[in-house]
Amino acid sequence: MIPYSKEKSLRLLADMLRIRRLEEKSAELYGAGKIRGFLHLYIGEEAVATGAIHALAPEDNVVATYREHGHALLRGVSMERIMAEMYGKREGCSRGRGGSMHLFDAATRFYGGQAIVGGGLPLATGLALASFLKEESRVTACFFGEGAVAEGAFHESMNLAQLWRLPVAFFCENNLYAMGTALERSESQTDLCVKAAAYGMATRKADGMDVVATHQAAAEACERVRSGKGPVFVEFQTYRFRAHSMFDPELYRDKAEVERWKARGPIHTFSGRLKEQGDLSEAQFLELDREVMAEVERAVAFAEAGTWEPVEDLLRDVTTP
Amino acid sequence: MIATYREALQLGLREALEKDERVFLMGEDVGRYGGTYAVSKGLLEAFGEARVRDTPLSELAFVGAGIGAALGGLRPIVEVMTVNFSLLALDPIVNSAALMRHMSGGQFSVPLVVRMTTGAGRQLAAQHSHSFEGWYAHIPGIRILAPATVEDARWMLAAALADPDPVLIFEHAQLFETKGECGDGPVDIARACVRRLGSRVTLITYGGSLAKVLDAASRLSGEGIDAEVVDLRVLRPLDMEPVLASVRKTRRAVVVDEGWRSGSLSAEIMARIVENAFYDLDAPLARVCSEEVPMPYARHLEQAALPQAEKIVAAAKGVLHG
Repeated sequence: MIPYSKEKSLRLLADMLRIRRLEEKSAELYGAGKIRGFLHLYIGEEAVATGAIHALAPEDNVVATYREHGHALLRGVSMERIMAEMYGKREGCSRGRGGSMHLFDAATRFYGGQAIVGGGLPLATGLALASFLKEESRVTACFFGEGAVAEGAFHESMNLAQLWRLPVAFFCENNLYAMGTALERSESQTDLCVKAAAYGMATRKADGMDVVATHQAAAEACERVRSGKGPVFVEFQTYRFRAHSMFDPELYRDKAEVERWKARGPIHTFSGRLKEQGDLSEAQFLELDREVMAEVERAVAFAEAGTWEPVEDLLRDVTTP
Repeated sequence: MIATYREALQLGLREALEKDERVFLMGEDVGRYGGTYAVSKGLLEAFGEARVRDTPLSELAFVGAGIGAALGGLRPIVEVMTVNFSLLALDPIVNSAALMRHMSGGQFSVPLVVRMTTGAGRQLAAQHSHSFEGWYAHIPGIRILAPATVEDARWMLAAALADPDPVLIFEHAQLFETKGECGDGPVDIARACVRRLGSRVTLITYGGSLAKVLDAASRLSGEGIDAEVVDLRVLRPLDMEPVLASVRKTRRAVVVDEGWRSGSLSAEIMARIVENAFYDLDAPLARVCSEEVPMPYARHLEQAALPQAEKIVAAAKGVLHG
């Protein structure tokens, strides 16, 4: 049994689907030349952001990576503003200055959209330091891929956060490949929790393909952080179904491996469980999907109707006027 | 009030911590040790461990954490022991602090102050003698300050903390013992200023080289050559008006910069003079920079590698007499 109310379960399902459909459309629009630059898709990993962000409170902070469309969306940035940002329009959540990799939103305390691998961890540690010094009950959730654990920024931040008992939840999205480099080809220690535990930090692993497992793990982590017990490291074991970016021919992994993981896809497995226990019919699922697609279409229309920032404004927002 | 440069820096820090509870200081050995250059001595006792925070030797993480804390509503002062170690924090400084406001479409400013010592002259050899403030001045989104006087050392910090964007303050290691008038503050962090009036040649410099330039100017004066000295004070954004006004008056200029010559801040100053005052010049511009060699340890070699009053005098005479 899924340990949540039908309403909550359907919300989790809907949010995973919103990420999926937004990104499928983004890939299509990339092909059509509407979206340019780098575009990193989260398809396959939706259960992680969904489970984790549903564990956060409005006052919490989120720091994410360049694979962050889903995180921004579930944090409350509208699909319209995300799509407009990918189009480079002024109505985008970063005024078209950031693009796919740099979604930001002050209103929902969404601090990016950090596109240097590992670069978000020191920032999250500092946001948590501010909360700690101001005695706020605020969790900073820091998302990063397993590639980041090879960076010095990871190790320095783990140490600092644990040394100072800061209220930060480190959410590692282990999709097994740092771009094209498999974990076992880049790490002498492939158990990521062992690395965090070396700093004395509380750790746990969760099945990143199961939204119940991700939500449970994130909720427990956030509760611990919020209670003042210091930082937590959670490894979500997941997989990206699509290429690293739109320029990736995927020479580094087997098609069979991808298919094995797709069989564990978070949306169809979770919707299957809901159907099994009688909380969802195929018709209801299709209706939900239609609603999500309508939201995607509204986002595309909003982005299409958006405006280009005049070139005369090129130099704005470098420093505060 | 007369104080040393070190005392002036401490007065500035003390005042900042007293006036604004959002301000805190963190860095390597700023607390128990009292600061590598003894600038923060006594502050831990006065303000406690929460606000005077010793950090591990993790420049990347604690500068990055300073950015995060600034985003979180505090006013961190991060001390990086020296500019040499700031290379380990280049990523947070350049990729986060400097870019955040722009990448976020103006939503997130980073009110962070980073202080660090810079410069050579104490036989610390190649890895501890860099002058990279010119590098940092290349980057849009950050303000670069070079306090050359006790007064600027005393008051620039307050102005930096009032800036909503990141500010890097470069304190030249040779200046800590120098004495001068603190003044009553405040000072601006936008303008270059004329430190000595003159009419024959303009000497343009900043930070640790100012004393050498003033020394050169008084030697030139002894030979009947009246040199004007401009202290840039702010290396980004550059305030060229006092420089150009002076050059238009004297029609000759020498730029003095402790950085290596190639691609240096001095090159930028010269380019701007040429762009804006070419027809006011009576002679080619000249400059005195560090020789293009890693800093040697031996004293005579180190001194030979650095700008010196003699070289500045010779360069000034060169532009006067061809």
